[in-house]
Amino acid sequence: MRRRKITERIVQGLMVLSLGALGLCFLSLLLLVVFRGLHGLTPAMLLETPKGGFYLGKEGGIANAIVGSLLLSIGATLLSLAVGLPLAFALQREYSSARMRAATRLMLDVLWGTPSIVFGAFGFVIMQLVGLRTSLLAGTLTLALVILPIMVRTMEEVLRMIPPDFKETVWSLGLTRTEAFLRVLSRQALPGFLMAILLAFGRGIGDAASILFTAGYTDNLPSSLLDPVASLPLSIFFQISTPIAEVQDRGYASALVLLVLVILVQVVAFGLNRRFSRHLIR
Amino acid sequence: MSQEESLRLGQVPAIEGTGQAEVGSPAWSATPSFRARVAWDRWCAVFFRGTLGLVHLLALGLLLGLLWKSFPLLGQLSFGELFFSTAWHPLKGQYGFLAFIVGTLGVTLIAMGIAAPLSLLAAIYLSEYAGKRTRSVAIPFIQLLAGIPSVLFGLWGMLALVPGVRLLGTALGFRTTGYCLLSGGLVLSLMVCPIVISVAWEILQRVPMAAREAALSLGLTRWETTRHVLLKLARRGLVVSLVLGCSRALGETMAVLMVVGNVARLPESLFSPVYPLPSLIANNYGEVMSIPRFDSALMLAALILMCVVTAFNLGARALLQQLERGWRS
Repeated sequence: MRRRKITERIVQGLMVLSLGALGLCFLSLLLLVVFRGLHGLTPAMLLETPKGGFYLGKEGGIANAIVGSLLLSIGATLLSLAVGLPLAFALQREYSSARMRAATRLMLDVLWGTPSIVFGAFGFVIMQLVGLRTSLLAGTLTLALVILPIMVRTMEEVLRMIPPDFKETVWSLGLTRTEAFLRVLSRQALPGFLMAILLAFGRGIGDAASILFTAGYTDNLPSSLLDPVASLPLSIFFQISTPIAEVQDRGYASALVLLVLVILVQVVAFGLNRRFSRHLIR
Repeated sequence: MSQEESLRLGQVPAIEGTGQAEVGSPAWSATPSFRARVAWDRWCAVFFRGTLGLVHLLALGLLLGLLWKSFPLLGQLSFGELFFSTAWHPLKGQYGFLAFIVGTLGVTLIAMGIAAPLSLLAAIYLSEYAGKRTRSVAIPFIQLLAGIPSVLFGLWGMLALVPGVRLLGTALGFRTTGYCLLSGGLVLSLMVCPIVISVAWEILQRVPMAAREAALSLGLTRWETTRHVLLKLARRGLVVSLVLGCSRALGETMAVLMVVGNVARLPESLFSPVYPLPSLIANNYGEVMSIPRFDSALMLAALILMCVVTAFNLGARALLQQLERGWRS
């Protein structure tokens, strides 16, 4: 009995230890970015584009990257919403056969698992094919491919979670399925949809590998869809890679900006979800 | 507009005699005929189903596009020259992927070796031992971490890990810059943990409470219950969590790229630099045009990556389906 108790203690200790170690690592990551980042953060940095000699430590800011990242991920989110919403409806039993649904879910899961660098490479192939250069348009399209599976699978789960009695009530009123989904059921699913959209947006803003090939990088703000754009992850990467201390400091500040953006998106997602969930019918 | 019809459309019914129906929108636009509604429903259904086809087209296009681009290289070099040779000289037309494949596998293995025990223990703790308070803090925190961009992990690796690994390496008598296999594995292990923990936790939550109660009532301790009952019931599910973590690790690009050193040679020790496949693709896209067959080689690398990761994901899915069938019966 005593030995069993001791084993119990040891295992518990190990578990607490591993959880603690992980927590510590993550905390050090967050604190590191926050403290090193605060050091280099100035208002000018957020509002200006890089001037000549920016990568040698002269003045300028990362406005090009912030604007670029926002444009890319907002565009990609809207695009994949335009395809994803009908897709989520189509994956309900009212619209397609069980086999088709299973096959499509399988494909979406495969696409979800595919590394974003592969999407980047694929986007590059397509760009060569149609003669498009690195541009906002190409980057947005590729990023939309990356976040589409995430968004659709989440939204589709939300629709499937609607209680059956609720659906039956709607059918009994004599609505067609499209009227039911568009006018009634989508209201019930709204909090989940918002969550899916924001999570996809957060994923998009942090993704670097897919836009490396396709969006390019530039110090200027884009003036059309066919201009290359900068993005925050790449901007951080380039600034950190230089040996000059001032530039690196600004790299950490850019990292802080990205971290704040990502956390903000998640917090807003959870907050909205809680707020809108109050009106749901259960 | 009759009262039932307006209720059906979710509008406030017009009250008889107030003339509201005429003042507002004309009645015919608010209530389309039954036939028009059914036609609208049919068209929407066609459109919705069309997007289903789009997904399949996209997946197929992805595979075919990469195959088509890597075909010239596949036709030119033999299987052995491609996958079992370390000779990587794009200018001479030699493309041996062995060093890159070993690099990818090495980094992933180290990452999983560290992440698997840590995150399984953490998941068991959260599911079986932790109180409500710990759980309500830890679960959202883990979800938050799963969403942190990989560049930030790479940053942390460069700043916090690489100097430590360099010290450790020199202390053990290796010549190293700190940018090496071990650093890559460590950074990756941290990135994989949130995924493995959240999947494993969900699986453990789905084990029926009755199984635990039966074991505890026999006088087993918590850990004995976990080991003999939970781990047996949830074994496959935990494997799934590890496989999913693995597939994430295989394709991770930026964070690894920043700390592994990127030298295309077979690693001699944990402290040698390596060059995983995703880094190869990410680092070289600029030179694609100038060297013949180089773009083919990069697309082949992407194709390999995609096939391996997809195989892992499909395996995890099959295991999960088996598991669900087992629990239902």
